[in-house]
Amino acid sequence: MVTPKSKILLYGYGNPGRQDDGLGYTIAEEIERWCKEKNIHNIDVTYNYQLNIEDAEIIAHYDVVIFVDASVETVDPYFYEKVQPSLNTKFTMHSVTPSFVVALSKQLFDAEVTAFQLHIKGEQWGFMEPISSSAWCNLELALDFIKDELESII
Amino acid sequence: MGQKITIEPVTRVEGHGKVTIHIDNQGQVTQTRLHIVEFRGFERFIQGRPYWEAPVLVQRLCGICPVSHHLAAAKALDVIVGAGTGEGLTPTGEKMRRLMHYGQIFQSHALHFFHLASPDLLFGIDSDPMKRNIIALALENKDLAVQGVMMRKFGQEIIEATAGKKIHGTGAIPGGINKHLSPIDKERFLNGPDPINVKTMIDWALNALEFFHDYHAKNKAIIDEFFKFPSSYLSLIRKDGALDLYHGVLRAIDQEGNIILHDIDYQDYEKYIDEEVRNWSYMKFPYLKEIGKQTGWYTVGPLARLNNAEFIDTPFAQKEFEIFKKYTGGKPNHMPMHNHWARLIEILHSAEKIKELIEDQDVSEGELTIKGVKKHEGVGLIEAPRGTLFHHYKINELDQIEMCNLIVSTTNNNQPMNEAVNQVAVKMMTGQKMISEGMMNAIEVAIRAYDPCLSCATHALRQMPLEVSLICNGQIIDCKQKF
Repeated sequence: MVTPKSKILLYGYGNPGRQDDGLGYTIAEEIERWCKEKNIHNIDVTYNYQLNIEDAEIIAHYDVVIFVDASVETVDPYFYEKVQPSLNTKFTMHSVTPSFVVALSKQLFDAEVTAFQLHIKGEQWGFMEPISSSAWCNLELALDFIKDELESII
Repeated sequence: MGQKITIEPVTRVEGHGKVTIHIDNQGQVTQTRLHIVEFRGFERFIQGRPYWEAPVLVQRLCGICPVSHHLAAAKALDVIVGAGTGEGLTPTGEKMRRLMHYGQIFQSHALHFFHLASPDLLFGIDSDPMKRNIIALALENKDLAVQGVMMRKFGQEIIEATAGKKIHGTGAIPGGINKHLSPIDKERFLNGPDPINVKTMIDWALNALEFFHDYHAKNKAIIDEFFKFPSSYLSLIRKDGALDLYHGVLRAIDQEGNIILHDIDYQDYEKYIDEEVRNWSYMKFPYLKEIGKQTGWYTVGPLARLNNAEFIDTPFAQKEFEIFKKYTGGKPNHMPMHNHWARLIEILHSAEKIKELIEDQDVSEGELTIKGVKKHEGVGLIEAPRGTLFHHYKINELDQIEMCNLIVSTTNNNQPMNEAVNQVAVKMMTGQKMISEGMMNAIEVAIRAYDPCLSCATHALRQMPLEVSLICNGQIIDCKQKF
């Protein structure tokens, strides 16, 4: 359950070397800066290229986890949803999904994490670092939204 | 009427590959191929960049084994900046890099064994696919599953402490390293609260081997007999014959154990190794020139390394190594499923090496870098988790990279993986008209024994389903998908 004293983790993931796939990384940076400015202490921010099994242990230390990733789907310009723990493993590579991480966290570490995922629409996926200008617009809207969400629970 | 079965993509490997199996009118398998259909452009992308960017740029090949690319590139550039090959660095430079590397081997092998391979072993190759994952492993053996996760985390933290970041770090630079191990990290890795300390990791590595031995004793049909074929083996080896995953000379043995590549300086690798292009795969087929394209192929990776090594210089791993060698009477081990056994011995060896290095004062103080007379060409080799990794660079007068050649571990294992897939296909598909999920997974189990990293080509943006098509005279007569 989300309460004002909840310990929160914002977890951005994606590859900033693939243009808009760096949206998760960028929003993590922005939220980290915002937390410092606002002197917020119960929100931690982390970032990685992809989720993996050891993240099950990391999220077990939090009450609320918000995963943020770029999306190739037609979300316009972002989509926010609750993550349902899933034992139906959909992983096809060495990385895993937020649903899987949450389920694994419960299974291995008895964690009761409330998790959400913010998908932000990406537009371009080239081998370069700056995210595209159109994705920046999506990011700014998503950033306003997630700040409001965080302010409502801290 | 001939048939072609396609398995696309294969799962629980990194990247996107597909398998085609051709069957004749009598249901006999006539040809099996593992196709790698991703294109890797890094050797071209990097041309024109300043050479010192290579260790940071080239590791972007992959989010799974970036440390190996980071270190292989740095080793090549050591030669270019005049710091020599391996032994030329300062004690701090070499030992910090080794610590980073053993952290990488430890976490990568742990991920592979506990997350990707052990569900097949514990529940069976043809078991319910919903059970073949670490969640089911947790239900069956929670301690083992937790240990797998925490071992991966420990290795990642060693990488972060030495490279600056868990993925795509910047620690290794041409001629050395850019930091010491901090006193805080040294203390927590040696004496930190359980379970993130090296003593616990050694204990858990021993536990994992115990689990394997117990499983092996009860399941020899899978571990010993599921598929096996003779091969040559290539790896780095220390000059005195010890297993060395960071630096050494290049040795290959034939299927009888005779040395066929005699501990050469890898700066000269082009004299001995070439790569063949085949029109049905983007991945090349390396071979030993002296033996030729047809039979000069070789296997790399954990099994190859233990086949080549004469001893291991850490006590617990040496004890296991002796059991491993005794199992085949000192002859080369040609059972690819024993890669899992070899991988667990390397996990143990890595944990012991991590302890040795953390306790060494050189990682905490001393000169970080060294430079000498500049050269315009350098080769860096390392034993990545999946096998021998080659990085070769030439630079111009403006310090720009003008040539880059990378032979990644999975490329070195291209022919052995094809051999493995063919053998399993013959065993499982002969006389079959329908493809069961268990048959599909059997093919993947063979590929997974090598822990291939097909994404050393590119990063897939979407998850992909497993698709199997049965084709007869150009018509799809059966098609299955697995998500």
